[in-house]
Amino acid sequence: MKVVKTGVAGTMESSDIMITVCKSDKNGIDIKLESSVEKQFGKQIKAVIEASANRLQLKDAKIIAIDKGALDCVIKARVETAIYRACESTDYRWGEQ
Amino acid sequence: MKKIEVNKIPYIEEMDGIHETFTEKHAKKDIKTLIEREASQNKIVASLEEAITKCGLKDGMTISFHHHFRNGDFVINMVMDVIAKMGFKNLTLAASSLIDIHKPLIKHIKNGVIHRIETSGIRGELAEEISRGLMEVPVVFRSHGGRAYAIENGQLKVDIAFLGAPSCDPFGNANGYSRDNDKGVICGSMGYAKLDAQYAGKVIIVTDNIVPFPNIPFGIPQSDVDYIVEVDAIGDPNGIMSGATRYTKNPKELLIAETAADVIEASGRFKEGFSIQMGTGGASLATARFLREKMIAKDIKASFALGGITGQIVELHKEGLIKKILDVQSFDLDAAHSLKDNRFHQQISASYYASPNNEGTAVNQLDIVVLSALEVDIDFNVNVLTGSDGVIRGAIGGHCDTAAGASVSIIVCPLIRGRIATIVDHVNTIVTPGKTVDIVVTDQGVAVHPKRKDLQDLLTKAGIKVRTIQELRDNAKRIVGDAASIKYTDKVVGVVTYRDGSVIDLIYQVDESEEE
Repeated sequence: MKVVKTGVAGTMESSDIMITVCKSDKNGIDIKLESSVEKQFGKQIKAVIEASANRLQLKDAKIIAIDKGALDCVIKARVETAIYRACESTDYRWGEQ
Repeated sequence: MKKIEVNKIPYIEEMDGIHETFTEKHAKKDIKTLIEREASQNKIVASLEEAITKCGLKDGMTISFHHHFRNGDFVINMVMDVIAKMGFKNLTLAASSLIDIHKPLIKHIKNGVIHRIETSGIRGELAEEISRGLMEVPVVFRSHGGRAYAIENGQLKVDIAFLGAPSCDPFGNANGYSRDNDKGVICGSMGYAKLDAQYAGKVIIVTDNIVPFPNIPFGIPQSDVDYIVEVDAIGDPNGIMSGATRYTKNPKELLIAETAADVIEASGRFKEGFSIQMGTGGASLATARFLREKMIAKDIKASFALGGITGQIVELHKEGLIKKILDVQSFDLDAAHSLKDNRFHQQISASYYASPNNEGTAVNQLDIVVLSALEVDIDFNVNVLTGSDGVIRGAIGGHCDTAAGASVSIIVCPLIRGRIATIVDHVNTIVTPGKTVDIVVTDQGVAVHPKRKDLQDLLTKAGIKVRTIQELRDNAKRIVGDAASIKYTDKVVGVVTYRDGSVIDLIYQVDESEEE
């Protein structure tokens, strides 16, 4: 999928993550993470974001994530929603592997 | 007058201090009135500088403060600014606790005014800086009881205590409220300050509210006070305390509280005349509400409640469900006003509260204590001092004192907070040893220390499902995943002492060098 505008999902509430997906002038997926649990879970969170983006075959995008201790299932949901919004796609494939 | 020859008194050599015959010059008489004396022969000095000079502060001395003004405290920063300006260096700052508002201390550490710190805890920016290695000498952390013990036995010798007081008369009778006027701020009990006043070499009261003699009741008696300094403001009332600590609406905390009340009922200690302390975390506060219903239903009254006191405890006292309150620290205005107005709401010192020195110490008379935790490990050790990122962010308080003293100690905590597990393999910092922790109540189940078979049986018999602490840990891990372990350097930034002064753990500088 291709980014056509900036898509946002999630909030900055505790246990949530705010994901912003926008256009990037670089190739590939560029993830910027800021997390309240970065030391403990930073790598894991980035891996989940990357996996979600890859699953939806997102092309060249910048993903900004502000995490307040979200669980993996929340991160997946927020990333997927933000991507659909950024790509203006309604071809939802929730929960497919 | 008859002629007296002192040296002819039989056994005079055994009577210490008796060596002189009375003459007229021994008797002094002052005909000033009370009002004149209050104005002219008092302990009030013009400035902090003057008080500090008169007390003979020297480089390398130990000065102390209390934390009854919590995050509204102006006294520590004010006094340290003056001391810095006067050019003193290498001081030991022994506060009963330090909070966010004390971040200006960072500059006094950097400029060498403060050499080392003793405290129950540190929060905010100062704590973060210390965790990053700000200080050459590690901070010594003591519990409220441990600090009292160290002061009593002379291990922590305070040269000058600077004690903020919401009211003080011209001769030094000071308190955390005033019955004379409503001009000053109010903090309720001055339990931690009482001890410093009793044992410090010199005592300076810092107040913004001079009231007429005698300021009774007093928390600190005039006999303990050397000088009084009047300043414009000693604290921000909003930071000192709020109206009433609110009950939590968080369903998770309510579930924990309800379970904790069931556990107390089943513990075999829920009998007429029982004694209890409840911490101030959301869940432990809410436990009071559920326990109240059980006390009314079964017509059981508590003999006393201890500790940091909140409006919830005061309510139960007013209803007659708790006969007496022992208050080392009032947490909200309701508690402070109750201390002022209720005959059986008694102010006590840190030593009375928790010193391990004294068999009568109040924590030893507790049947039940309900405490919070940042982390509990599978050996039941509890951390309330460092966060899951290894950074100092809390205080020991009376945690290890009450856990050791109470017949049954109950830890209430959620299984996870956000993505952070509360029940873990190893706590970052051991504050309270597992040996003194009996029951852990989470929103996902209750665990009992294996050595408390008696409690396990009582709970099971009452229909409470008891799980192992390992099961709780596994549950938490399944939800949040495996946390990467925190990296530290080999520099010690904090020495955590147990209540008897033994070192129970060390806090290391967090290593932030591995930024990717």
